[in-house]
Amino acid sequence: MKTFANNFLVRAALLAMGIGAAAIAQAQQEVKIGVIYPLTGAAASSGAEMRDALELAVDIINNGARSVAGLPFAAGGGLPNLKGAKIKLVFADHQGNPQVGATEAERLITQEKVSAVMGAYFSNVTATASMVAERYKVPFLNAESSSASLTQRGFKWFFRTTPHDDLFVRNQFEFLKDLKARKGIDVKSIATFNENTLWGNETTKLQAKLVPENGYTMARQIVYPAKSTQLTSEVQTLKAAAPTVVMQSSYLGDALLSMKTYKELGFSPDMILANDAGFSDTEFTKTLGKDADYIISREVWALDLAKNNPLIRQVNDLFMAKYKINFTGNSSRTFTGLMVLADAINRAGSTEPEAIRKALTETDIPASKLIMPWKGVKFDADGQNTLGQGILVQIMNGQNNTVWPFEVAAKDVVWPMPKWDQRK
Amino acid sequence: MTFDILLQTLASGVLIGLIYALVAIGLTMIFGVMDIVNFAHGEFLMIGMYSSFWMFALFHLDPMLTLPLTALMLFAFGVLLYKLLIVRIVNAPMVSQIFTTFGLMILLRGLAQFFWKPDFRSIENSFVAGSFKLGQIQLGKPQLVAGIGAIVVTGLIYGFLTRTKLGAALEATAADKEAARLMGIDSHRMFALAWGIGAACAGVAGVLLSTFFPIFPEVGATFILIAFVVVNLGGFGSVTGAFWAGILVGVIEVMGGLLLGPEYKLAIVLVLFLGVLMWRPQGLLGKA
Repeated sequence: MKTFANNFLVRAALLAMGIGAAAIAQAQQEVKIGVIYPLTGAAASSGAEMRDALELAVDIINNGARSVAGLPFAAGGGLPNLKGAKIKLVFADHQGNPQVGATEAERLITQEKVSAVMGAYFSNVTATASMVAERYKVPFLNAESSSASLTQRGFKWFFRTTPHDDLFVRNQFEFLKDLKARKGIDVKSIATFNENTLWGNETTKLQAKLVPENGYTMARQIVYPAKSTQLTSEVQTLKAAAPTVVMQSSYLGDALLSMKTYKELGFSPDMILANDAGFSDTEFTKTLGKDADYIISREVWALDLAKNNPLIRQVNDLFMAKYKINFTGNSSRTFTGLMVLADAINRAGSTEPEAIRKALTETDIPASKLIMPWKGVKFDADGQNTLGQGILVQIMNGQNNTVWPFEVAAKDVVWPMPKWDQRK
Repeated sequence: MTFDILLQTLASGVLIGLIYALVAIGLTMIFGVMDIVNFAHGEFLMIGMYSSFWMFALFHLDPMLTLPLTALMLFAFGVLLYKLLIVRIVNAPMVSQIFTTFGLMILLRGLAQFFWKPDFRSIENSFVAGSFKLGQIQLGKPQLVAGIGAIVVTGLIYGFLTRTKLGAALEATAADKEAARLMGIDSHRMFALAWGIGAACAGVAGVLLSTFFPIFPEVGATFILIAFVVVNLGGFGSVTGAFWAGILVGVIEVMGGLLLGPEYKLAIVLVLFLGVLMWRPQGLLGKA
């Protein structure tokens, strides 16, 4: 009898201790987030940069960072609403391959039991990996893919923080509107000049709609064969149409050739508004030197935004100290993506996918808490952040200066670009 | 559309056409003499461009100065290629010949990408940078120099073929290999010569282009399609045919692009090409 009682007491005590231990474990649980990026293959260098950004974000959330007091979770100690749960990243490498991306997403969800998935940089990999997440009903947050179609699929579990290609094209029209309202510069006619692959054609279609919608005259719409041996006929056509502004989408080779032909034939519109790609390549400014000046191109991010947003400088300093590189348009967006996801998980107060999804739909982060030139983060029914926007940079002395949105501009826009024969 | 614009476009078309002609002359020469289509011809052009670029980047030598050197180098390269590789397929079936030169194309392109990286390069501030006005038309100096260079080289080759004994031997081989051999002409020597001259032409075209066109491993592909059209149009094996056809294609491409819309500029050239194939398959100046 005595032994039984003893035995019982011992067992009860052990049980109680066990429950206690479980409770402690509960208090310090981990939140597992699966991240799928190109860690090997052609885009490995971009992947490494984004991995660094993710690790910095997790380090700030888990261990705190005094120098960035304005950033959410800068106090450290994990997610407060989950009793200080720490975030643990589970990395997966998609090698730039959509199939691998899908298998890795499945592995992260079924075997690693992650609460949410992030990735995947390449639009085509994001497409397949997020499809798997949709099937398993796990939130998928995308921070960098710009193909507009990703948020046109009616997915319930897909969220994208970055603006997409369509928004970037729309930004250029908002810029022209702002230009008139704030600086009294009136643009009358626009010519569109795009290459003839999928990207150029999609852009042309959207511009054909937006030019008349915004009250401009379409001077000429040119779609040219990519990788041309000469662009003389195109430039002559543009010259004859005499538009105020040319909106151009070209990859590097054609961008260089067109600029040389503009100069040779003396074609000087008031401005060339470029759609990233060739015009943002470092080789573009290096090759053309001063001839690249005055071009305005769209971008997602620039370091000189720090001038108006000290948070950018502070976070970039941390990044620099840790990895010896500056943030780029990619790594800054990846960093922001994880911060948005952490915010949602914290508000959900749970690692349950449905609770996180619900919290994501209720996301409302103001611009002041971001290192992006956005108006904030708020998702629409398709999971697209509606407050995101691109920036426009103007090349001056070979440097990219942010000139729009005017609220975050580092330099005043120079308009019009001087005629070729009037340049020093 | 004013008269000035038309005149300007015509001038630009002739200038780019001269470059097409020079690329095509090398191609038509090799084909004319030994009936082998050299798919790697665009890569010879690419090598010429890189040769010009590296001598400029490493030793600050202007492309106009290094042009003869590049021409010689490419000549040697062509001869070497013939002796090492092409000689083995002279009498092979056509499919083998196609695969050989096609493989050579992929190899050269891959090597360029491996050693020189896929980056776009260009030559800044060469002697011939800038442009000048001639009446109402604006001419790019690099394009003008390239055009004149193309005329000079074509003239030299034409002179060589019609005025020298070696040239006559080459023409004889092109006309009839067997008969030429019976006359004591060493056909292997002639084939090697054709490869040398063909490669040198592409090399010179590459140097002339390098002052105004970006340089990258795949640049040959941009020009080779048009070169094939020019060769067909001018008549396979005809140097003068390739010269005039080059100019014609340049003018039609640029003018057609201006008048019918730039999106159709290549289509116009290719339709013309199909027309010639249907109604005059031997080419404009080719012998039936």
